Amino acid sequence: MRYFLAVLATLFGSPLAAQGIDETINSIFADYTGWYVSLIFADLPGTNFSWIALWLVVGAVVFTVYFGAIQLSGFIHSIRLVKGDYSDPNDAGEVSHFQALATALSGTVGLGNIAGVAVAVSIGGPGATFWMVIAGLFGMATKFTECTLGVKYRNEYPDGTVSGGPMYYMTKGFKERGLPLGGAMAVLFAFFTILGALGGGNMFQANQAHAQLANVLGDYPGWITGVVIAGVVFAVIAGGLKSIAKVTEKVVPFMGIFYVLVSLVILLRNYDEILWAFGQIFEGAFTGLGVAGGFTGALIQGFRRAAFSNEAGIGSAAIAHSAVKTKEPVTEGYVALLEPFIDTVVICTMTALVIVITGVLQQDAETGMYVWNAELGRIATEGDVSGVALTSAAYAQAFSWFPPLLAISVVLFAFSTMLSWSYYGLKAWTYILGEGRMKELIFKIIFCLFIIIGSAASLGPVIDFSDAMLFSMAIVNIIALYFLMPIVKAELSRYQGKLRSGEIKKYEG
Amino acid sequence: MAQETFVVAYDDNTEDTAVLDCAISRASRSGARLVIVHVLEWSPYSFLTQQELEERHKKRTQELDRAHKHVLDPAIAKAKEAGVEAVGTVQHGSAAELVVKTANEEKASFIFVGRSGSSAARARIFGSIPLAIAQIATVPTVIVP
Repeated sequence: MRYFLAVLATLFGSPLAAQGIDETINSIFADYTGWYVSLIFADLPGTNFSWIALWLVVGAVVFTVYFGAIQLSGFIHSIRLVKGDYSDPNDAGEVSHFQALATALSGTVGLGNIAGVAVAVSIGGPGATFWMVIAGLFGMATKFTECTLGVKYRNEYPDGTVSGGPMYYMTKGFKERGLPLGGAMAVLFAFFTILGALGGGNMFQANQAHAQLANVLGDYPGWITGVVIAGVVFAVIAGGLKSIAKVTEKVVPFMGIFYVLVSLVILLRNYDEILWAFGQIFEGAFTGLGVAGGFTGALIQGFRRAAFSNEAGIGSAAIAHSAVKTKEPVTEGYVALLEPFIDTVVICTMTALVIVITGVLQQDAETGMYVWNAELGRIATEGDVSGVALTSAAYAQAFSWFPPLLAISVVLFAFSTMLSWSYYGLKAWTYILGEGRMKELIFKIIFCLFIIIGSAASLGPVIDFSDAMLFSMAIVNIIALYFLMPIVKAELSRYQGKLRSGEIKKYEG
Repeated sequence: MAQETFVVAYDDNTEDTAVLDCAISRASRSGARLVIVHVLEWSPYSFLTQQELEERHKKRTQELDRAHKHVLDPAIAKAKEAGVEAVGTVQHGSAAELVVKTANEEKASFIFVGRSGSSAARARIFGSIPLAIAQIATVPTVIVP
């Protein structure tokens, strides 16, 4: 640990040179990742609609249709499963549906809901919220598909531990269906997962945690936040300081609930404007209300941030959900479909409504159009803030004590998301390179170095790179889901048959 | 008359065997059989980390093994030594609920539960178990000091 910090100290020299280092990291980062980001977000020829957003939405719509709108027809059943109505009492002490869902949620609920939404509405206008919710609703079917497969094809080792995720359903599922290339896809997916873990699961989190801390404490170099967070994360994932992870895991759900409550209070206090805010969201969804790109500008931002926030189609949830104790893989699919609902439809909408209602986005009083700041490429706000700082400003309009509290939550959310993603990244890393103490330690050190880079770089390049990595995972994962969805369909029909025949029924008491 | 069944709520406090001793002596007098219930406190609504999820099944197996070996098996052996017929289970969940549930399933005539609680911390966590059982029990309950 001390050695690690010493390396960092030499790497970064004296604090005096710090600002310069931030800029250097930033420009190197933009230079090296820019081309890939452009490729991922390239527009379809002749349109200004990026192909990757279409890819995710088409996937979500296909799964929704194929499984007969499972997110609607199965919603009540999902809640019953989470409550434990169908859990065998003899399995008490095993991982419950609730626990798998809660852990998966703590990996996804976080900065995507707080900072990501602010990014979406400041670039795409209030209308982005509408598309975010639509993407969330369709995304529920995608989650259903991937998490069912995650459980069905997980590896159960002789010592009782389990490993699951897209890598396993790609290899085993493809083999079962007699399809080639499952192994190659698994490796490709694992490769993107490692980069995704370093990007969205790490740098974006570190970046926004620093942004909010600097917002509350006054500006200071990003690498300082980076070194501190990296130190703590390193202590947890490499030093075995499990207690910190446990505390975080227990505090984060309550912060999430608190965040929703505060949002509700703000909305209730402005209850007369809620309808107006919904009006803005609907109108903006189809006209853009003055944002660059108009309708498509709103649409793309909404879809992008939804995917980033709820991770439907990305494949990460399949890793998180696979440890549940159940005889029917489909049950975990049902439970997982609640994830985008809670994450995107409920929490993201709350943030968006608060931002719109508190009026932090500058609007032309006469035309009702939002004032576009072309230089920054987003809607003008007081102090030109974006990301988490914008959310903070919006909540501060209602409660002046909110920003410091938000800073604490942001750091904790960032921290718990980083821990989750360090786990996903490590699973992918060991999938490619094999297990071993040294190999795992190398990944953990790289992971921590990226925390420092993330908190030092500015938001633009980081957020683009993060998205690009997550979407790369989605490309491979959704292809696999298309090939494997008949297996999920068969599982679902079998399960529904058992429910109808009464073979599976609720347990009493 | 059919043989009676006593359910014994037995925690892992191996030094304090008052509840077990009391149940054994009562059972040997009336010729009853004992069902010893050892509960590992567990809530399906607790929060676990990713790593804990992965290892949960393994941990649970270890917990059950340990409980059988160090708590339940010695208790059953002790009853048998005194000539009392005894069986037992180790279960995960809420102690009070599981003890009462077992009593109902076994059609027990009595529940024996220790007042126990050697330290304040223990009492805070486990001390309410006898009271909780007394609240929800459907058969007479003996609280052993």
